[in-house]
Amino acid sequence: MKSICFYFQVHQPFRLKTYRFFEIGNDHSYFDEYANRFMIRQLAEKCYLPANEILLQLIRKHKDDFRISFSISGMALEQFELYAPEVLDSFKSLAKTGNVEFLAETYAHGLSSLKSKKEFSRQVKMHEKKIQSLFGVKPGAFRNTELIYNDDIGNQVFKLGYNTVLTEGPKHILGWKSPNLLYCSAVNPKVKLLMKNFQLSDDIAFRFSVKEWSEWPLTAEKYAGWLKAVDPKTEVVNLFLDYETFGQNQSKKSGIFEFLMNLPQKVLNNTEYTFQTPSQLSKYLQPASPLSIPYPISWADEERDITTWLGNEMQNEAFNKLYDLEPLVAKCSDADILNDWNRLQTSDHFYYMSTKWFSEGVVKTRINPYNSPYDAFINYMNVLVDFEIRVKKICEKPKNKSAAKLAGKSQTASDTTTQTKPKTTQKKATSKTKKS
Amino acid sequence: MKVLMFGWEFPPHISGGLGTACYGLTKALLKCGVELIFVVPKAYGDEKPGTIRLVNASDVAVNVQDEIFKEYIDNISFVEVDSTLVPYADDEQYYHIMESIEKGVTFEKGVVSSQKFSFSGGYGKNLMEEVRRYAMLALEIARQHDFDLIHAHDWLTYMAGKEAKRISGKPLIVHMHATEFDRSGENINTLVFDIEKAGMEAADVVIAVSNMTRNTVIQRHGIDPDKVITVHNGVEPSEKEMETEIPRYLDEKIVTFLGRITYQKGPEYFIEAAYKVLQRDQNVRFVMAGSGDMLPKMIRRVAKLGIANKFHFTGFLKGDDVDKMFGLSDVYVMPSVSEPFGISPLEAMRSNVPVIISKQSGVAEVLQHAIKVDFWDIDAMADAIYALTHYEGLPAIFKKHGKEEVDNIKWDQAGIKVKEIYKKVLS
Repeated sequence: MKSICFYFQVHQPFRLKTYRFFEIGNDHSYFDEYANRFMIRQLAEKCYLPANEILLQLIRKHKDDFRISFSISGMALEQFELYAPEVLDSFKSLAKTGNVEFLAETYAHGLSSLKSKKEFSRQVKMHEKKIQSLFGVKPGAFRNTELIYNDDIGNQVFKLGYNTVLTEGPKHILGWKSPNLLYCSAVNPKVKLLMKNFQLSDDIAFRFSVKEWSEWPLTAEKYAGWLKAVDPKTEVVNLFLDYETFGQNQSKKSGIFEFLMNLPQKVLNNTEYTFQTPSQLSKYLQPASPLSIPYPISWADEERDITTWLGNEMQNEAFNKLYDLEPLVAKCSDADILNDWNRLQTSDHFYYMSTKWFSEGVVKTRINPYNSPYDAFINYMNVLVDFEIRVKKICEKPKNKSAAKLAGKSQTASDTTTQTKPKTTQKKATSKTKKS
Repeated sequence: MKVLMFGWEFPPHISGGLGTACYGLTKALLKCGVELIFVVPKAYGDEKPGTIRLVNASDVAVNVQDEIFKEYIDNISFVEVDSTLVPYADDEQYYHIMESIEKGVTFEKGVVSSQKFSFSGGYGKNLMEEVRRYAMLALEIARQHDFDLIHAHDWLTYMAGKEAKRISGKPLIVHMHATEFDRSGENINTLVFDIEKAGMEAADVVIAVSNMTRNTVIQRHGIDPDKVITVHNGVEPSEKEMETEIPRYLDEKIVTFLGRITYQKGPEYFIEAAYKVLQRDQNVRFVMAGSGDMLPKMIRRVAKLGIANKFHFTGFLKGDDVDKMFGLSDVYVMPSVSEPFGISPLEAMRSNVPVIISKQSGVAEVLQHAIKVDFWDIDAMADAIYALTHYEGLPAIFKKHGKEEVDNIKWDQAGIKVKEIYKKVLS
């Protein structure tokens, strides 16, 4: 008895609009509504709706032999609510079959796991609540943004109630070990790890329509043959894919939908595999061995590390400046602030600032709206500075009564003199408040 | 008195500081009763692939409808030379032209008159050929026209000036707006240097735009000090009445650098000074406006120092945004490593912004109401920024006297001085 674990990632960021320095302090809407709506609408037509329909048919056909899992970020869910409610409905139909597992992740699809335990836990809980309210089920397993994982994150996730984590199966971690087994954390053996089989996953995600590839064209039959031929000790083949693989990254013309439609039949008929979900697998498989992963790994690039998001000075600076605001935001209950706080944490903003794209041979899997990482950084910082000003204004409460009084006083003082010299008096008022 | 003048750009088709300077100077000379034949290279090669047609894209554009300008155009004879010639542009524009060339983009903006100015595809090997062609044509022009003396602006026209002198036997004046050392630091193009040197040696008088430039040509080019005369540039009075208050949304004081982000302009010293100020006080914001080959490096430096939430980049700013930027600024800093003259601090002062300028700029010689520091002295620069943003009295004094001072730095004085030089040469 062997299993295939299909997990599809569904995520779209709230893209920022072009935000100029001159707007700082004045314009508080940061997102490119047109571009975001366009992107979601386009993906709904090309990918989400047709792919969901196929999966629904497959579940009806193969019943319990075909189970799949999704991780849908809070950012994607919010945008479906705004721009494509029918996509949400089709996911709900999938949820109703009972054969679909929804995974936990950070609501913002952010990188908080690398910075703040507090924010990370808030993010996971927030996402959990959202999934529960939309699909009526509690997530059974966890996957972090971009499959980022290390021992420490495993521990944190366990404390949040998850004992199954999906991550990458990189060579520098596994060495001679097979990704096709269940592992556990060396630090906390109760944390079970499902490792992505990147070879077989990327055959679909990246190589499917590459005509120069020696295996092109890839058929369901051929692929089932490969699955059959893997190491006999295999217990589970983890196929972790961006959901946009279907119809967007691999176009409809490439035959990707036919491939998806036919694969389960070929696999179930010709091999001993069935399709299972992460939480089920972690329940009935025994961990083959503990894995120690001290430094964060991810599913990105050749390095499988976090340098795609936090690999240069600009990314680190933007990241640090963002989380400098966390203590203030944590005290804040303003809905707009909290909304923007989530949206600014999304990992894509940091991805756009990557300078890795300067070197050749890097697979670009995301659409990048910026001409250069410098443009991305400048734009993000302009927005972040405006956000910082708002946060300080709204969330920073005067420490004691006398400070509040003083602030009030200087406010009235500036009011009376506004007519004559608004610029200087305002500044004086601010400096007074700061000092107090 | 009739002067044959060689330039390479003229309003409204100007791409940089030199066009503005020629405009200011010639206008003043006309006022003094000097007759001018102004030779500009005109391109026929617009249709060639890979060339750029640039019409009046600069923020220092001159309105042709202007009464004074019309009168001026009527009084000046133009001679256009068939040549595709690359001027070095003295401002932001150059970077953008080069960038556009690399990208293969052709852009064009409101064609104001029939005069078109064309740039060939680079600063490269064709340039010298074009300079020589210009010189050959100058010979012909000198033969056809009647004049008393020759005046050539910057190295690209020096060979032309020399040829005109050779054929006519009339005295030659060459005008140094910028030397090769200003443009390239120590890694000079020796061909350009040689042309500069030969031009100045052949000249009867060399006019330098500042004492700093005068010293450069004496020390570096070995020109006889007796024939090098400094005539400081002037500044055009503000053309538009833009006294509408620009709304400010930021509470902090704003300290601005505005210019090409290149080695010559010293952007890194501005950043280091900003870092020093921010360590003391977080209630100041810094803006680096403009673009250039050093921009990426500067962004990384700011990120590395961890001050990106207080130090902002705007990219290249166009006309209105430049005014807006001055309007938002509390202090303007020009930390140039080498600036033959430097007109931007004057523009800042005209907008009532106190300025900090490097001692390595020509403009430092004429300004009293400015704080002057060595470009490398980031402690002094930081100190000056801190003072201007914190000690209320100080900016008030600068504002009070600065505008007045700028309004008195006029081209008319430069025109009178140049005319005197003409007279001396002819006597």
